[in-house]
Amino acid sequence: MNVAEIGTKACAVNPLKSSPALGGALAFLGVDKSLPLLHGSQGCTAFALVLLVRHFREAIPLQTTAMSELSTILGGAENIEQAIGNIFERANPKLIGLCSTALTETRDEDVRGDLRSIMLRHPEWNDLTVVHAPTPDFAGSLEVGWASAVQAMIDALVREERQTRILRQVNLLPASYMTPADVEAVRDVVESFGLSAIVLPDLSGSLDGHVPDEYVPTTLGGTPVDRVSDMGASQITLAIGEHMRGAAEALERRSGVPFKVFDRLIGLEAFDAFVETLIGLSGRPAPEPLRRERSRLVDAMLDGHFFFTGRTAAVAAEPDMLLAVTRFLDEMGCRIGAAVTTMKSPAAAKVPCDPVVVGDLDDLERLASSGDCDLIIANAHAAVAADAIGVPLYRMGFPVFDRLGAGHRVSVGYRGTRELLFDIGNIFIDHQTEHQPYQRQDREVASDASVISA
Amino acid sequence: MLKQRVAEAFNEPGCATNRGKSDQDRKRGCSSAALTPGAAAGGCAFDGAKVALQPITDAAHLVHGPIACEGNSWDSRHSATSGPQIYRTGFTTDMSELDVIHGGEKRLYTAIREIADRYRPAAIFVYVTCVPALIGDDVETVCTAATERFGLPVIPVDAPGFVGSKNLGNKLAGQVLLDRVVGTREPEKTTPYDINIIGEYNVAGDMWQILPLLDRLGIRVLASISGDARYHEIACAHRARANMVVCSQAMVSFARAMEDRYAIPYFEGSFYGISDMSAALREIARLLVDQGAPADLLTRTETLIAAEERAAWRQISVYRERLQGKRVLLYTGGVKSWSVVSALQEIGMTVIGTSVRKSTDDDKVRIKGLMGEDAALFGQIPAKDLYRMLAGDEADILMSGGRTQFVALKTKTPWLDINQERHHAYAGYEGMVSLVRQIDATIHHPVWRQVRAPAPWDKPGAGQ
Repeated sequence: MNVAEIGTKACAVNPLKSSPALGGALAFLGVDKSLPLLHGSQGCTAFALVLLVRHFREAIPLQTTAMSELSTILGGAENIEQAIGNIFERANPKLIGLCSTALTETRDEDVRGDLRSIMLRHPEWNDLTVVHAPTPDFAGSLEVGWASAVQAMIDALVREERQTRILRQVNLLPASYMTPADVEAVRDVVESFGLSAIVLPDLSGSLDGHVPDEYVPTTLGGTPVDRVSDMGASQITLAIGEHMRGAAEALERRSGVPFKVFDRLIGLEAFDAFVETLIGLSGRPAPEPLRRERSRLVDAMLDGHFFFTGRTAAVAAEPDMLLAVTRFLDEMGCRIGAAVTTMKSPAAAKVPCDPVVVGDLDDLERLASSGDCDLIIANAHAAVAADAIGVPLYRMGFPVFDRLGAGHRVSVGYRGTRELLFDIGNIFIDHQTEHQPYQRQDREVASDASVISA
Repeated sequence: MLKQRVAEAFNEPGCATNRGKSDQDRKRGCSSAALTPGAAAGGCAFDGAKVALQPITDAAHLVHGPIACEGNSWDSRHSATSGPQIYRTGFTTDMSELDVIHGGEKRLYTAIREIADRYRPAAIFVYVTCVPALIGDDVETVCTAATERFGLPVIPVDAPGFVGSKNLGNKLAGQVLLDRVVGTREPEKTTPYDINIIGEYNVAGDMWQILPLLDRLGIRVLASISGDARYHEIACAHRARANMVVCSQAMVSFARAMEDRYAIPYFEGSFYGISDMSAALREIARLLVDQGAPADLLTRTETLIAAEERAAWRQISVYRERLQGKRVLLYTGGVKSWSVVSALQEIGMTVIGTSVRKSTDDDKVRIKGLMGEDAALFGQIPAKDLYRMLAGDEADILMSGGRTQFVALKTKTPWLDINQERHHAYAGYEGMVSLVRQIDATIHHPVWRQVRAPAPWDKPGAGQ
């Protein structure tokens, strides 16, 4: 439909992207008793940590190999070994997710090889799994790192053989932009068909904001490590978003589990397709509460479509989220006046806007302003752009650090779509374009003389 | 060259900690011990350099590196401005794989040109991060060429993350200002009352609670380094009569170098706490009078201090009874924790422990003097131990930075942010009153009763 246009600036101004290593760490945070470890200088971890804490308002377990100038030049194997040792002693996690950074990838370290010999040297770390995800900061963004970490976990933990299929067991690979509450909502729907879902990663267990009874130095919930190995025995893999295709393919390659990629779960039609698949898989009719939810969404669309019609939105997000949000708006009759994303991707090519610009929030500001947009949908950083051109901002994506409950918002499925529709529809209602009043010429005016006394 | 600068940064005769070290330890530097793989916390040198320079509000700050360095960190610092906004804009070369292979110099040059053409900032600071340092981008030469070509100062800040800690980055940033900015311009006028304030970053508008007091005394801040600063002011800073260093460890080298080069005397002080605030004003006045300012400044200062202290204590007295005996755990990277300790004690609170991570030996002696010989002085408290202390009800409030916020909250302990990310200004007399008000509101917040109450199913006799 259209080609993503690469921005021509040498200087990114108000970046839209977060780094792949942060995305990788986030994926590892969806595994139970895990601790992500960034292989880079300690600043790589500190920045990612602060941003994750601000977004989720939770303590985030995240460590660093603390690379120095010297260890970068000589090789970081020793730092990795020390880091694993220290983490093992202090936190005793089940899984360490080792994400590389631009720093270590520039030197082109053989982390995989190093890791193998390190683990051989330490039989006492037998129960510990260390998964390495390549996440160089100079290639891609959060979405890419997230996908890379999920695929790395599958490659490391799922056996390379066909396994006996476990009836009614399915794999769910959530998209990087799905909130903990989104993940929970989709899992609930899958399970309402009597299916059991292995969700990887499962942020709804770890970053859903609960108060544990004791101090936990690792993640406090998420996919159990041994359940990841069980994924090879599922009937099917349901992957959400084009960026999860690679992980789904890896799983099929290793264990023959077929897969289906859903490009989005926002919108009636989109979620219908997902539910249809669940009906087919389970051989069961849709449960009553789900039917009711669908009906409520249909009603909301009927009530709400007036307010989307004729409006124009500017959206900036990672490719798969951009696709999901813009398609939904398009379906509600809202025009997409500007679309900005982080990189080229098959998903970006399906966005109902021409052109889709690979760029930053400065590009968003320029395009939204020239495209006469009524609303900006982007992460919290876009507040600057929205202020500058005087349009409301609806915060979605990562990071959202200036709102409570960023992790608790649901925008997928029938119920989530309805909530999204209400949120955005209400902004449009608040910001209606009103007619300038017209003063009638030569209007009759009351005067003392015109008053007939009784 | 960078190695040499790093070594110099550590060889600081003005630093009390350093004076106490052996030659060998001094060479090793002051922050190398903190960098343990798998057990490290805190920012890198780039972070520290950015913290120190970004508050220069009319300059553009361009980060030369891949997306992680600026993409993950911009828009997160609360250094306030009274005017220009350009310093807030996140500029980065967002280096791609191709830049790593072919070198990033060309992209950097073009990026500088784009900023110069479009925004015309007072200056452009270019931060070198790990990757361009590793592949050997000649940022120095690019900046020199850009300065000539575009007719504005383009200043390389060579503090890549992997050379060390945030603190080291602060120091390297100070050296950049000394070597390339201070003394490059002349002020229109000078007065006998000109001072520089060094190491105050105007977090949450802290400085704005100090400046009105200085104005009333007729003391002019020639340059603030660097809260709410303008580039030109820092370029003229060498004409001040006295320097005050606020965040001592990181910037004391800067002040000492200015003493060496320009014969400007300095002192280290703090704006936190009532007695410290007064001491700072007294010292500023004394130094200025020593340098030739009219002696009546001293009496005027005393009059102001007396009035301000009286007013502050009057406002604080309302809370004295409510906070009497409440136990505070003070956990901050802050340098002068004793100044806060004494302030809290002055209002009747009990400080059960404080961190001395960045304190000098002198500071530790002062804290012991205040809290007694068995005072609990902490270095780094592991999160696990902190959780145990708070869960065990050892403190009524934790005052710390964002890093330990959720440890406190998960134990349902009142928590108050006193670090860089905070939104309240705590400096000066007014700041101390607002700190006390905030402590009171936090400790006596209605939420604690409800969140600590057992769930219905956990009540005795429930569910039977």
